[in-house]
Amino acid sequence: MGKHPIRVLIAKLGLDGHDRGAKIIARSLRDAGMEVVYTGLRQTPAMIAEAALHEDVNVVGISILSGAHNTLLPTLMDKLREQNLAHIPVIVGGIVPDCDVNTLMDAGVSAVFGPGTLTSDIVTSIANVIESDLQD
Amino acid sequence: MSLAKKIISGDRRALARVLTLVENGDAHSKDILAELHPYGGKAHFVGVTGAPGVGKSSLVNFLAQSLRVLGDTVGVLAVDPSSPFGSGAILGDRVRMADLTGDDGIYIRSMASRGAVGGLAYATGAAADVLDAAGFNYVIIETVGVGQSGVEISNHVHTTIVLVASGAGDDVQAIKSGILETADILVVNKADLPGAEHVLADMRSNVVMNPSPAPSDHHAKSKQFDGSDLAWRVPLLSTVARSGDGVDLLIKSLLQHWEYLENSAEIDNRRRTRIRAILESLLRNRLYTRFMEDISRKQFDALLESIVLRDIDPYSAAARLIEEKYQASCLDKA
Repeated sequence: MGKHPIRVLIAKLGLDGHDRGAKIIARSLRDAGMEVVYTGLRQTPAMIAEAALHEDVNVVGISILSGAHNTLLPTLMDKLREQNLAHIPVIVGGIVPDCDVNTLMDAGVSAVFGPGTLTSDIVTSIANVIESDLQD
Repeated sequence: MSLAKKIISGDRRALARVLTLVENGDAHSKDILAELHPYGGKAHFVGVTGAPGVGKSSLVNFLAQSLRVLGDTVGVLAVDPSSPFGSGAILGDRVRMADLTGDDGIYIRSMASRGAVGGLAYATGAAADVLDAAGFNYVIIETVGVGQSGVEISNHVHTTIVLVASGAGDDVQAIKSGILETADILVVNKADLPGAEHVLADMRSNVVMNPSPAPSDHHAKSKQFDGSDLAWRVPLLSTVARSGDGVDLLIKSLLQHWEYLENSAEIDNRRRTRIRAILESLLRNRLYTRFMEDISRKQFDALLESIVLRDIDPYSAAARLIEEKYQASCLDKA
């Protein structure tokens, strides 16, 4: 019997309307055998935390290109903690300047992927992040 | 506290965890479902089905909101298809339900079909039972986009709502067998688009209709169905799910159907049908899974090769495999 599919939440956090990247990632993860709960545009931190709770996902994937990551990601991490979901790895894709990556990692984000990242690398990263999660 | 007790006490995290265990066929799920069983049997199960893109999720969005206004709690199971080429899936129904967020009286869970055909996932019945036991007044099950043969949902719910797109097909489509026959409530969605009137006319001439349902008090016994008229006449409605137009009449029909089911004792038939569907599905899947686990990969592949080489046909091969297994288990008992 094979393992059960990994469930991933892919959400666009905040008010940025560019969802092409998020959809490409969603499809790549689907092709890699994952079940992707795709919540679409204009998700607030509270909405994402609620979806992560209802859907019992293994990973939360955030797409953000608006530059509001330093404000919104820490708020999201707070909301996840409120729901007792702090153990769920959060990965971020989009436009995040190198100087902000450490800030996000300190806030609890597991990985940050910039433009040009290979979708195969994201798939591998998710598998690794879940693996290490299971071992903790 | 056991997971089941936590669910009963309103713990949403426990609910989410158990839905996962049930979906994965985890060894513990059987015991949890057994512990939850006495708490179920109260929810009104509603199926929402129709072709891909017809507006199911958008309609469920408004349906759930309206039911909340009436004071009811709603659990939603939204099924989307798994990829035929792997185990992956894109579960995108939540996108249309953004209005339902931030309300503890609503719970939405997306499920991938995981190889099941017919519109539901294998675990959808069990997942619905969990939501029932958790105390939700309504459990709405949204199927994958289905076609004419998407009839499975009607075995799993009390009320089946079938959505039809305006501009879909001609009058012959309207009289064909299948999904239209299973509708308790028939809805032409996207009624603002050209062609809607045409579809409504076709449906009207081919489907038994309840002439404009009289408004009835939600909590009073219906006076509309006396002993001489126990048949439910399928109402034909039109909606614009994007804006919520027409949902108020849909809610009325939904409430009336429940009254009809209770007053006519048809509710017992539906419950029995649902339980039978779940039991048969469980037996079918588990027998097959267990059967396949007992056959070695080598044995199966060797048989496959014999069929390819035309040493044996598939029909005899299957019969032989089953006979061998059957004989073996009889000998074990002897």
